[in-house]
Amino acid sequence: MELLYSMVLGGLAAAGVYLLLRGRTFPVVVGLTLLSYAVNLFLFATGRLATGLPAVIGHSETYADPLPQALVLTAIVIGFALTALAVILALAALSASGHDGVDDEKEQP
Amino acid sequence: MNHLPILPILIPLFAGAIMAMIPGDRLPLKRLISSLAAFLQIPVAVGLLIGAGGGVLVYRLGDWPAPFGIILAVDRLSALMLFVASILAAAAWLYALRGDDRQGRGFHALFQFQIMGIFGAFLTGDLFNLFVFFEILLIASYALLLHGRTTDRIRAGLHYVLLNIFGSSLFLIAVGALYAMTGTLNMADMALRIASAPPADAPLLGAAGTLLIIVFGLKAAVFPLYFWLPRAYAAAAAPVAALFAIMTKVGLYSILRVHTLIFGADAGDLSGLVHEALWIVALITLVAGCIGALGAASLERLVAYLVIVSVGTIAAGLALQTPEAIAATLYYLIHSTWIAGALFLLAGEFARMRGEAIGGRFVPGPPLPRPMLLGGLFFAAAVSVAGMPPLSGFIGKLLLLSIVPTGWQTVFFYAALLGGGLLVITALGRAGSTLFWRTDARLPGAAGCDAVRLSAAVLLLTAGVLLVILAQPLMDYLEAAAASLIDPKEYIRAVLPAVSGAKGGAP
Repeated sequence: MELLYSMVLGGLAAAGVYLLLRGRTFPVVVGLTLLSYAVNLFLFATGRLATGLPAVIGHSETYADPLPQALVLTAIVIGFALTALAVILALAALSASGHDGVDDEKEQP
Repeated sequence: MNHLPILPILIPLFAGAIMAMIPGDRLPLKRLISSLAAFLQIPVAVGLLIGAGGGVLVYRLGDWPAPFGIILAVDRLSALMLFVASILAAAAWLYALRGDDRQGRGFHALFQFQIMGIFGAFLTGDLFNLFVFFEILLIASYALLLHGRTTDRIRAGLHYVLLNIFGSSLFLIAVGALYAMTGTLNMADMALRIASAPPADAPLLGAAGTLLIIVFGLKAAVFPLYFWLPRAYAAAAAPVAALFAIMTKVGLYSILRVHTLIFGADAGDLSGLVHEALWIVALITLVAGCIGALGAASLERLVAYLVIVSVGTIAAGLALQTPEAIAATLYYLIHSTWIAGALFLLAGEFARMRGEAIGGRFVPGPPLPRPMLLGGLFFAAAVSVAGMPPLSGFIGKLLLLSIVPTGWQTVFFYAALLGGGLLVITALGRAGSTLFWRTDARLPGAAGCDAVRLSAAVLLLTAGVLLVILAQPLMDYLEAAAASLIDPKEYIRAVLPAVSGAKGGAP
């Protein structure tokens, strides 16, 4: 399970970084989304991977670490809000300057 | 339990939340609430400054014992940063009252949320909470940067937002990796566990720690992560840019905190994790900022590059890792924050008087009204930021120059700081002569001189003068702060009383 999990994480992060480096805003936003998926899964795995265990002490021999789950929840909320903001901003930039490039056509000094 | 440490977070939280609910046309009411919040912060910050002088104040939220609960820890450094930020925020708020808060909706609420994020980042003793407060201050700053919504602000804001979202992802990876290795998020507890970590864990811990420093470097705008700053800061409205002057310092504060506490002297192989790299990067930042200042085409850009110069100087001082160096650097940090704020406010006021079309660009514009007064203020600010006597910049630079250990470090640091100072003086001289002397009397001025706006800048300049007058007691305080940073036992004992004295013997 660990191997599969880390390969998925690596794939998501690589795709996210590749898209982040593109020149137009839409792939960049998608790249940010993929990267935040990778980060959320990574955070989730920091409590070690386990299946079928309760996140409460005393109900079974071992327990799943509840803290990463709380962290992931926070990170998901923040990441979602930020992605929404980035989309709005990309649209505003498109309507303000007439093109969807991340950089300007001609950079001002 | 003393409830003072939570107040700097609660005051802006409630003020901001109340103002977010008030309809947009009730501006006088918002200004009233905002003024109450802004001026309550200063006595609270002074109270914490005095309280932290007697030892680390720890506030346990929900009274859960650390490391299980979330804590706020106020040591001298936190209290000092809080005080610096509260003065800066009061000045920026005063400037905004004269109309900048009308340009868009929600200015006052966002301003309070930004302050809440900044204060929270200074106060928290928990790594994940540091992330959360970083996000609060960043989200508020995204909206404040767009305040007024000109095309330039939207383009600059896009870069700023995308870069910082990427930075937040890296922050989460670093925090997650540190949690996976140590099983704690409390910074004091983490310091103990890293001190007793098996050597096999060191590479992974080192990687996570380095990643964390890179993220803070992005916020602090050190080379090669500063390219977003000049454009964003130059595009922002003047009071927003002035408030942003503390944001790079939040990054530097975090580097200092993590560097001295978690990866401090007791961290074995990991102690002083990046300080050689930080030293080189800092000097490059310093030089690059000076060259950028020389090439800036407008006053706002010039001031933005001066912020980068100050970041480079401060990072170089922090990289030296001696108590004397940290104390001197903190003095320079206070000075540079206030003076950068004052310069942003002055630049905004000049741009307003020269009119929208010309703004702060270095082209012949209409003659400024009251040239003696405005020129005098600009001259005083320029003298201070360039580090010439008798103002605070001179003392800051002198302290920094005097503590560099002799050897190659002296050669490079002297060359960068003094050579850079010359470039900054040249750039400021060019700016001043263009603004005040190369004027075209046929062009009409856009607006008269506004006393309230100017007094906001004067407030920060006066604070800079007080830094000179009170230099000795301030340095005593800073030296105590630096000593407790280099030897964080007092901090750890205050946060974790259960393991007091058992340094390295955590369960």
